[in-house]
Amino acid sequence: MFRQVLDWLEDRTGVESAIKHFLYEEIPASSGWHQVFGSIALFAFLLQVVTGILLALNYAPTPPEAYDSLRYIVTQVTAGRFMRALHHWGASLMIVIVVLHMIQTFLWGSYKKPREATWIAGVVLLLLTLAFGLSGYLLPWDNRAYWGTVVTTEISALAPGAGPLLVRLLGSNGTSIGAVTFTRFYVAHVQLLPPLTVLLIAIHVFLVRRYGVAPVPGDELQPKKKFYPQQVAKDTIAIFGWFAVLMGMALLARVPLGHLADPTDLSYIPRPEWYFLFLFQFLKGFEGPLEVVGAVIIPTLAIIALLLVPFIDRGKMKMVRQRTGAIGVVILAAIFWGGLTERAVATTPETREMDMSLVQPWQEISAGNMASIGYFRKAQCGSCHVLGKSGAAPDLTIAPSSRPMDWLEEHIKTNPKAPGVLTDAQVQMLVTFVTKRSDKAVDAWQNAPQAAVDGALVYQANDCASCHKLNGVGDDLGPPLNGIGERRERSWIEGHFADPAKYSPGSIMPAFTFKPAELKLITDYISAIPK
Amino acid sequence: MGVALGVPTALYLLVTRNSKPKGNFVEAASLTQLQVGKPQEVTFERTRIDGWRTFQEKVIAWVVRTDDQNVVAYAPQCTHLGCAYHWEAQQNQFVCPCHESRFSIDGKVLGGPASRPLDRYPVRVENTKLLIGSEIRKA
Repeated sequence: MFRQVLDWLEDRTGVESAIKHFLYEEIPASSGWHQVFGSIALFAFLLQVVTGILLALNYAPTPPEAYDSLRYIVTQVTAGRFMRALHHWGASLMIVIVVLHMIQTFLWGSYKKPREATWIAGVVLLLLTLAFGLSGYLLPWDNRAYWGTVVTTEISALAPGAGPLLVRLLGSNGTSIGAVTFTRFYVAHVQLLPPLTVLLIAIHVFLVRRYGVAPVPGDELQPKKKFYPQQVAKDTIAIFGWFAVLMGMALLARVPLGHLADPTDLSYIPRPEWYFLFLFQFLKGFEGPLEVVGAVIIPTLAIIALLLVPFIDRGKMKMVRQRTGAIGVVILAAIFWGGLTERAVATTPETREMDMSLVQPWQEISAGNMASIGYFRKAQCGSCHVLGKSGAAPDLTIAPSSRPMDWLEEHIKTNPKAPGVLTDAQVQMLVTFVTKRSDKAVDAWQNAPQAAVDGALVYQANDCASCHKLNGVGDDLGPPLNGIGERRERSWIEGHFADPAKYSPGSIMPAFTFKPAELKLITDYISAIPK
Repeated sequence: MGVALGVPTALYLLVTRNSKPKGNFVEAASLTQLQVGKPQEVTFERTRIDGWRTFQEKVIAWVVRTDDQNVVAYAPQCTHLGCAYHWEAQQNQFVCPCHESRFSIDGKVLGGPASRPLDRYPVRVENTKLLIGSEIRKA
């Protein structure tokens, strides 16, 4: 029956003979592990398509919702963080594999006649891969994305003659970027580049098939091999290896999400993705009127040189170990890339920016609400009102309490577990909390760590809100405290409590002398509140 | 056909409505808050047209009071590649953390890859009020 179905399919479509034709392609005897990179690159692209589509199913492609939806993906959607990590690290590893594919082709001299067009299609595919990275960089719409793309559009503005047109094409007004730039990058990333890449892959594979895998000297004396099964097995094992590395990175290496893009955040220091760091560092060497040389002319000439490689090196095929010139070029390029990348990393100041994908609801509610959670725990209310479960008394997380305020006050003051442990003011705060709490406060109620709650209690006991705003609550007499842990070192915060005028000349803040444990609690707490 | 489609496509992509903010002056600070010769970050609001969105946005300028009645306001982005620079009081210069361009207090390039001085916002002083216009002018 199965054979009959296959025969019918073969008769009507020719699919079986097409697959056999593909699998039983003859390849040179020298083919082996060094030729697995193309297959991995193809698999990497397909995986990016799949993970990209999955991310797009929960992604709102317009700012600022793009940021909110990505934060939703990584914090709320099941496996969303993993899916984003797969797409992020998949992009990096795809660039690694495409470059390795190109280095292998270069070292073996496989671009030589008649395979010049195959090489050119490959170079265009490398550029498309980098364009994916550049356009995708903006899509999280956090500070990193925003400032990185400001630099990208400014570089395009330097292009001799075409600069102003390119800036307009990218939707920039020349000084800042916004919704139009975002939309154009998004369209490039998901609508223009994928079909272009598929077309180029088709041309590239067609040309590989048309001219065959490049032989090395001596292959003509050996009997040819078939693509299936030996080379297919090698390709499959290599793809599994690459995938295992990707899985490991996706599971173990965190992909941060910064703060929402903020053009007024002058403290942010932009850096490009790791594979563009060398170019970033390279630009430092071109001062004044030479900036266009470093930013546009040399990179353009390098791309043209790469495209012309088959026409520059037109000698006969040699064994790879005899291609000393090519080996030298690769070593020099690696030293150039590695050296500049190392300098860029070494000169990048350490950032204290918080990873917003890890921020918990307790870090986003007021200190008063956190203190109320502390009062709830101190009065042992949870021994009857078990949060999130039905217990001896109603579960208060289901809905705000509808009891009258005075009833609640009396109920708390006279509760049999810990009567009278709270002051009247604390009881009133707790009553307000249980009747007017937000969804984030409910989450914090159940999950906030005790140390953070204790820190908020110190903050509340010292009435910090009478001068400082924290998560939108408090007065404006002193500076807002959100993001203090990102702006200041811990020693500065601790020292400032003891002697404000020493750290902020002219400050009218009184000195606070905390016990060491209290100082740790309040410093930990305010440092954990994001900007 | 190429012309019939190509010309409107080019116009569609390249000729957008004027998205630059209008040159309205807004009150940004009081002169009494500014010390002569000490650059300060000043935040003000302007109307921004961004494609289909029109909204109020916060903008930052580096403001330097040069004497009793004169003030200059620099746009906060480096003229090299648009990163946000900052004032280094100890070195007495503006420094860009991206490619290490450096500018003097009067906006001139002291070193690094930047090829032109800091861009400026137009300013007006009325009594003791500092008014800043929102359209950036290249120096």
